[in-house]
Amino acid sequence: MTKYILVDHTADIGIDVFGSSLQELFSHAAFALFDIITDLSRVEGKYEYKISISGIDKEQVLVNWLSELLYLHDVKNLLFSNFYVVDITDNQLNAVVRGEAFIENKHVIKTEIKAVTYHNLSIIQEDHHWKARVIFDL
Amino acid sequence: MILTRDSLSWWRWVRYQLRVRLLRTGLSRIEITNKLDALVNTLFTNIPSGVGSHRKDLKLSQQDEKNVLRNGARWAVSEGYGAKEDLEHIEEKGCIPGADPELVSARALERGRAQLGTLGSGNHFVEVGYVSEVYDEEIARVLGLEQDGITIVVHTGSRGLGYQVCDDFIRVMIDASRKYNIELPDRQLCCAPINSPQGKEYLATMACAANYAFANRQMITHWVRESFEDALHIGPKESKISLVYDVCHNIAKFEEHIVGGEKKRLCVHRKGATRAFPPYHPQIPDAYKSVGQPVLIPGDMGRCSYVLVGTEKAYADTFGSTCHGAGRVMSRGQATRTAKGRNIARELKEKGILVRADSRATMDEEIPEAYKDVTEVVNIVERAGISKKIVQLKPLCVIKG
Repeated sequence: MTKYILVDHTADIGIDVFGSSLQELFSHAAFALFDIITDLSRVEGKYEYKISISGIDKEQVLVNWLSELLYLHDVKNLLFSNFYVVDITDNQLNAVVRGEAFIENKHVIKTEIKAVTYHNLSIIQEDHHWKARVIFDL
Repeated sequence: MILTRDSLSWWRWVRYQLRVRLLRTGLSRIEITNKLDALVNTLFTNIPSGVGSHRKDLKLSQQDEKNVLRNGARWAVSEGYGAKEDLEHIEEKGCIPGADPELVSARALERGRAQLGTLGSGNHFVEVGYVSEVYDEEIARVLGLEQDGITIVVHTGSRGLGYQVCDDFIRVMIDASRKYNIELPDRQLCCAPINSPQGKEYLATMACAANYAFANRQMITHWVRESFEDALHIGPKESKISLVYDVCHNIAKFEEHIVGGEKKRLCVHRKGATRAFPPYHPQIPDAYKSVGQPVLIPGDMGRCSYVLVGTEKAYADTFGSTCHGAGRVMSRGQATRTAKGRNIARELKEKGILVRADSRATMDEEIPEAYKDVTEVVNIVERAGISKKIVQLKPLCVIKG
């Protein structure tokens, strides 16, 4: 199953993310974020980080989750390659992610993402599949 | 977007304090043509642009950072980055009043501390160029620009601090929109009345981000000066690098304008637009009183940029605003696909433009064809009478993040 596809947007970049469950959807969204930032085949899951997120609804939980990972990337120069969403509700997410610190000559940065936005944000369920659209600010 | 005092602060769009600064030099094109390689490499070494890169000689405590947010470029000058005269040629003299660093979150401070004095990637750049055409010699002379004179454009903003301030306030504003019963067509447009506690706090925080960007620009200018001296083996008296102007491209400010024949205090937010005040406006530097505020319109890596001045018509028709750049015509994905299989750096080199970029992806996304032709854009705003063309600049070398 395709994890995500890129959506063209003149100034920014968007993704359509797919998952068979809400857990998988959120995990694929994080994968897409780092797949845009870097070449994930060069990132090893050396260290583990536990992440807890809250929000007023699942849309906000999604934005906060991706923003948290972006914050860790930006401040601690971390790159993540594995995302396991342990449990998720409309207001809460607990996850375990794996990755390592950026190493020059080993890793590449393809795109700097400034922020995760709420613009055109949607999370929908179709039959037994979930789909989300997220626009990143570049 | 223009707002009155009672209206909503559509602050989402006021997020990152991007700005451009234009520098002039005492050098002419012929003096540096053979030294461009050394110059671009020195600039690339001295100005940090990649992930996690920063100047090893820069140590900043949290107290220092709060001073940066409070005092902007004034802080940078007091630390030895550039001279007092530089401040005269910066919007608001390099410090937006009302900044309250105590309102900035620990996370925003943390991101800001790591990135002060860095260029950032994407469309951020330092570009060395020359005056390729002069349209109004008299005004060009007042701006210190002459045919073949070397210029430098610095384009960067408030970096991670600005992004974090935005993330922090989007949460505040989503709650505020509910509180004030504001119906939102898109959650990204969350907002609050300007005079509400949330609106006021946002403006005081935005001023911090703007001041951070002023300081960042001032530090990079200092390293540009050092790089010219190192690479060309000359002293400051020969390079004579000074500011033409430094103006915000994305900010909301209170200003006085005439509306329906009456003078009113408005909060004017320019996004995708820049300020273009007319001659004799009190907010422009004394040296430019007779000619109007200089406006720099950067083009893409391969073509050219323009220097304009503001007009009375802009003040009357567009709240003293004009266009701020060429604008993209291709998405980044389209640009990357167009650039596939091509060596963009080599193509530009054949045109006489040297580029050093931290990542190849940035180069591909920023190919000249990805942008509208800035000449067309500038001719349109001139025909509309909202700014006047003074000189054209052509690039010689560029560093990008």
